Amino acid sequence: MLHFARKNTFRHGVHPPENKDDTAHLPIRQFPFAPVLIVPLSQHLGKPARPVVREGQEVIRGETIAEADGFVSVAMHAPASGMVRRITLAPSIAGHMIPSVFIEPFPASTQEVDDGEPCPLDTATPDEIVQAIQRAGIVGLGGAAFPTHVKLKPPEGKQLDTLFINGVECEPYLTTDHRVMLEQTDDIFMGIRYLLKATGTREVIIAIEANKPDAADRLRQGCPGDLPVTVRVSPVKYPQGAEKMVFSALLGREVPSGGLPADINAICCNVATTAEIGRLLPRGRGIQERVITIGGPGVAKRGNYRIPIGTPVRFALEACGAADNISRVFMGGPMMGPSVSNLDIPITKGTSGIIAFTTAETGEATGHRKVYPCIHCARCVEACPIFLNPSQLGLLAKVEEYERMAEEYHLMDCFECGACSYVCPSHIPLVQYFRLAKKMVRKLSAA
Amino acid sequence: MAELKKYLEIGSSPHITDGASVDVIMRNVFLALLPVTVFAIYAFGIGAALVLATATISCILTEHLLCKATGAPSTVGDWSVAITGLLYGLTLPPGLPLWMVAVGGVFGVGIGKFLFGGLGSNAFNPALVGRAFLQAAFPQAMTHWQYPFLENRFEQVPTSVLAMPFAEPAYDAATAATPLARMKFEALFAETPELMAGLTTGSVGETCGVLILLGGLYLVVRNFMNWRIPVSIFMAVAVMTWIFQQIDPATYPGPLFMLFSGGLMLGAVFMATDMVASPITNPGCWLYGVLIGVLVVVIRFWGGMPEGVMYAILLANAVSPHIDNLIQPRVYGTGRGVQ
Ligand code: SF4
Ligand code: SF4
Repeated sequence: MLHFARKNTFRHGVHPPENKDDTAHLPIRQFPFAPVLIVPLSQHLGKPARPVVREGQEVIRGETIAEADGFVSVAMHAPASGMVRRITLAPSIAGHMIPSVFIEPFPASTQEVDDGEPCPLDTATPDEIVQAIQRAGIVGLGGAAFPTHVKLKPPEGKQLDTLFINGVECEPYLTTDHRVMLEQTDDIFMGIRYLLKATGTREVIIAIEANKPDAADRLRQGCPGDLPVTVRVSPVKYPQGAEKMVFSALLGREVPSGGLPADINAICCNVATTAEIGRLLPRGRGIQERVITIGGPGVAKRGNYRIPIGTPVRFALEACGAADNISRVFMGGPMMGPSVSNLDIPITKGTSGIIAFTTAETGEATGHRKVYPCIHCARCVEACPIFLNPSQLGLLAKVEEYERMAEEYHLMDCFECGACSYVCPSHIPLVQYFRLAKKMVRKLSAA
Repeated sequence: MAELKKYLEIGSSPHITDGASVDVIMRNVFLALLPVTVFAIYAFGIGAALVLATATISCILTEHLLCKATGAPSTVGDWSVAITGLLYGLTLPPGLPLWMVAVGGVFGVGIGKFLFGGLGSNAFNPALVGRAFLQAAFPQAMTHWQYPFLENRFEQVPTSVLAMPFAEPAYDAATAATPLARMKFEALFAETPELMAGLTTGSVGETCGVLILLGGLYLVVRNFMNWRIPVSIFMAVAVMTWIFQQIDPATYPGPLFMLFSGGLMLGAVFMATDMVASPITNPGCWLYGVLIGVLVVVIRFWGGMPEGVMYAILLANAVSPHIDNLIQPRVYGTGRGVQ
């Protein structure tokens, strides 16, 4: 039923206000250097990097300061030419203390970037490309921060056919991928060439949402004739940008529960990540900065900025004219972005945005609303893109039946998109329960 | 640039919501019931107005006092008990003594809702629990029907309405027969247009099918009601009735008669759709609706009573949790999603 209405999109989902107009038309600008940059050695999922610099050492911008430790790990690069002041623990967004390299940029330096050993597209083997991507410290820039090179190596016996380039950017407020598609079109196609070669895929689909028609046009026009690329436009809906949703929308196939995209012969790579591959690999550089959206009602100079990794959130907000009445700051979009308690934490590779809300947006509107019992209204069921039953899961979470949640109601398939909490008229903190429950289940199964 | 605030509030994402709220939904359901209510008072006069007011007030007061008595904050502000009260009033005969109305209200909210744990935990629609209690306790009074559109309905309160508690109520006029009773006992089928426009007799709020549908339509458009429930009830009733009419047109009425007579419209649109007591998945709602439809036809055609909507819905309410156990959404990446 309703097959025509489902074209190019997934079932369920929600429609939060997009709030992208403030920044979508603003070109990417270079952000100034903070007096101290804090580069955590673990900005990705996987093992922390191993530092290769000493306290008191001078580094050049772009120089490798930490090397990958094992396969599921990536390198780190100096975001500025300067002095390594300390290598010590610094707070992260999750509240943990993480070993980090504190770098003080030299104010007088021209901040030329140090080129490394290039990875030439024509002569490099697939394995060499995978290694180069790891050496460049590339992780998923959409927010997941999963090391990209790991995805390029499918498990034994799996063949990859279709490469998805994800430019959906379904989170409200964020416009970084949009700007990257407009301004780094050639980098994206260069990145696609590397990815095609590394993965052996034969088909490329660029996924975009209908609110970025200019980006779709630019990519269609800019696409070199020899590349097997199609640009597909999906209707605007959250969480269209989640990998699993991209597959069901554009491929009509679902990743098996607990499985990998490779199980359906697909691989998905964020568009900004692709652009960075295309920009960095030919010159042997690493990620020492990234594009983020700084926005929300709490800042005056909203925009998209190419910002050094390690810039403290406080410095970023102050430079953008944060309002006095900001009350909540989060990294990424409002649907999934974790909130920042300590403004001294740094921007990392996985940070796609910093959004500041003022007391006008928080207060009544969010955390302080009256919680009612679940009235069984099914809004959460209608919203969940994974087709879970958040109502039932919520009831079980309340009585701490975590194992039952996992065994009977597929708790571990929840990817914490927040759509259920967004629609719940009883204001039950559903996804918040589920995050905790997932942690508990992992703890239980580890024990 | 001023020093940034020292303390930021931490909140778990999502940091935005769509603004939906239980009290907003409930207020809208109440609003959707108002046209029916106004028509009921127009058709049956002061008596109906008193019945409706007593029903609503007794329900609200019961919940408020029970909350207070157990030391919990009062929950009447979520509007759900106001709906229960009004709905309950709409299912009563227009000449019912007010003391009976109040007793049923106390029972419906006290036993049907509060005892189960309040909003969200009531297994049955509390309005129907109250009515079922009255049906069992006062069968005569519950089947005494006043004619609609009486000349003096705005001047004179029917004597029975003001009857003293536990006294045998005296009635002003002979009882009218509902269209369903006439079908059952005299095999007479009322004209469908009369039924739709609410020109026949029946419970206070069940007679005007058109206004009930209008209220339902409003709720469906605002996405406050699952349309699959009333639609599946209508379809089940219509199909089943049509089949039997084909077999024996002298005994069995047509689908339109069945849809617009008795409490079917009110029940299908406003009672069966009680979110708490109905299944959560769409396939579950289809099954639930069909179950109600079939039960209504079975009770009406072959049961001892002319009307069966109330019992059909209560039975389906009881089955609803089992439907939910049986029918869960198919999780992404399982079953037919991966082939
Ligand atoms: S947070 Fe989890 S349960 Fe809630 S809608 Fe998203 S995937 Fe479904
Ligand atoms: S949206 Fe909230 S109230 Fe509605 S069924 Fe889900 S958990 Fe219950």
